[in-house]
Amino acid sequence: MKNTYLVWAGKVWLGLILFFLYAPIIVMAFMSFNASQYYQLPFDFSLKWYEKLGQNTEILNAATRSILIALATTVIATILGTAASLALFRFEFRGKRFLQVMLFPPIAIPWLITGTAMLIFFYGVGLGRGTPSVLIGHVALALPYVIVVVSARLATFDPTLEEAARSMGADSWTVTRRVTLPWIASGIIAGALFAFAVSFDQFVVSYFLSEPGDSTLPVLIYTSIRKGFTPEINAISTIIIVISMAVMLFAARFSNFGGER
Amino acid sequence: MADVSVQNVTKTFGSLKALNDVTMHFPDGGFFALLGPSGSGKTTLLRAIAGFIFADSGSIHIGDQSVEHIPVEKRDIGMMFQNYALFPNMTVADNVGFGLRVRKVGAAEERRRVSEALELVQLGQLGDRKPHQLSGGQRQRVALARAIVTNPKVLLLDEPLSALDKSLRVDMQIELKRIQREIGITTIFVTHDQEEALTLSDKIGILRQGTMIQAGPPREVYNNPVDVFTAEFLGEANILTGQSGLALSSGGADIKLPHSATPQSTLAVRPENMSISISEPDGDEISKLPATLVRRIFAGAMATCVLKHNDNTFKVIARDQDIPDLPEGGEIWLSWKPEHTIVVPEGSVGFDPN
Repeated sequence: MKNTYLVWAGKVWLGLILFFLYAPIIVMAFMSFNASQYYQLPFDFSLKWYEKLGQNTEILNAATRSILIALATTVIATILGTAASLALFRFEFRGKRFLQVMLFPPIAIPWLITGTAMLIFFYGVGLGRGTPSVLIGHVALALPYVIVVVSARLATFDPTLEEAARSMGADSWTVTRRVTLPWIASGIIAGALFAFAVSFDQFVVSYFLSEPGDSTLPVLIYTSIRKGFTPEINAISTIIIVISMAVMLFAARFSNFGGER
Repeated sequence: MADVSVQNVTKTFGSLKALNDVTMHFPDGGFFALLGPSGSGKTTLLRAIAGFIFADSGSIHIGDQSVEHIPVEKRDIGMMFQNYALFPNMTVADNVGFGLRVRKVGAAEERRRVSEALELVQLGQLGDRKPHQLSGGQRQRVALARAIVTNPKVLLLDEPLSALDKSLRVDMQIELKRIQREIGITTIFVTHDQEEALTLSDKIGILRQGTMIQAGPPREVYNNPVDVFTAEFLGEANILTGQSGLALSSGGADIKLPHSATPQSTLAVRPENMSISISEPDGDEISKLPATLVRRIFAGAMATCVLKHNDNTFKVIARDQDIPDLPEGGEIWLSWKPEHTIVVPEGSVGFDPN
């Protein structure tokens, strides 16, 4: 077989990519179970960093805050994003094309710049730093993702189904609930998971917008690394990575970006 | 059940006049076809009756109720769409029961009426299937059951048979007619297939460029078209125009004018009403002209002949065995009886010389 060589080359290539992606994470996860504070081998299994983490109220509070903000962001961005997608799908209005095009730059603009702009803006409107600003910022960041994913699913929806439902006597709320939403549900779930991930993993914008002593988990991790590194950070990072990966795998399962269900 | 009345309805999309002062009455319990080429406004008219489109002016009544300001969902209609529009996430029974659930009739009543409707379209066993598990013809039946299960006042069909292949389409036409008779529902049917319109309906309305050109029973419209467009659109027609230079008695032609016609009148003769003979036919009453056989197209029981007289082309449809055996290019005689000469009125409504 002439192709055997190519197939093997491909496998090695894939293996290298996965290695470079995951090796640092695996080392970190490994070290979170190592008793030594200075990454010394031999490996000595211990849960002491997780125990210490359990007593570190500062980290736990930040984690709770992060989760609450991420959940709130998810709910708000998913509802607003789905409503916006439906409006873009159903109605023709002036500037619609422009609006749709303008959805993409926020995904591409570096968060550092978005963060700076938001900070200036929130000071300008008198809101300043703090959890409300963080939440608004996260929703703004997550919205384009939700709209893009839900719109991709809506593009496969046949609008005649809505007309059929109306001809049978269903008002517009019933049509949306019984006909349209079931069809785009997978897109909405995928969009919600993206929104959660965008918020929960968000560092730059949170760093700019949160108040000292009121920071989200990524911001707290960053500031504590600067003060002095402890394997507690490995422990909490490992937990975050496990959660993030679970969420993203779940999202990937649902998204398909407009493909078959 | 109710009659539908459309009066002076006009609808403009931008600069396009989709419906231009359209008036038509659809009596209770009848089967009506709206016929026309694409862009003629037939679908727009159906959607205006359904309530998906609101007319700019004019009035539409369903029964005694004026519906201009009533949205689709309150009009109590049943509608069947070209692509069936079955809900893919629901079973057949849930699809059919949708309108009943919206009306909150209760589970037992819904089950009873759904199974009744499925029986009517002969799909009693398939309630648990999903739409993607059905054939095209079965989907069609589900869509029909779904449209009539709520006992709507009027049934609106938007080219529902156009997606089916020929033999299935004929079966469904018969089936549709049977069900329509059985429940006696006023039915308005949009089609571009003139044969379908003639077969199914009690009355047809012919639209062109947003204007209702002619409305009446199929036979009447076929036999007395109001203009050349209608004559040629509904069936086929050989048009003889005095003005276009076909001299009524030159080159051996002898065309008898009906009383109502002048030498300038436009005359039409249906291809099936012309006959072909080798020798010059006898009879004072008969119109005749010599012609050259250009082509003979065999189609089973019937054959179509294309003939030429000077620069005028004629089409004749006859039983294959009634056509003399003649090579293409042969000289023959065309003839027809006086009652088959149709005088097409001049300057009739909607007639556009272009």
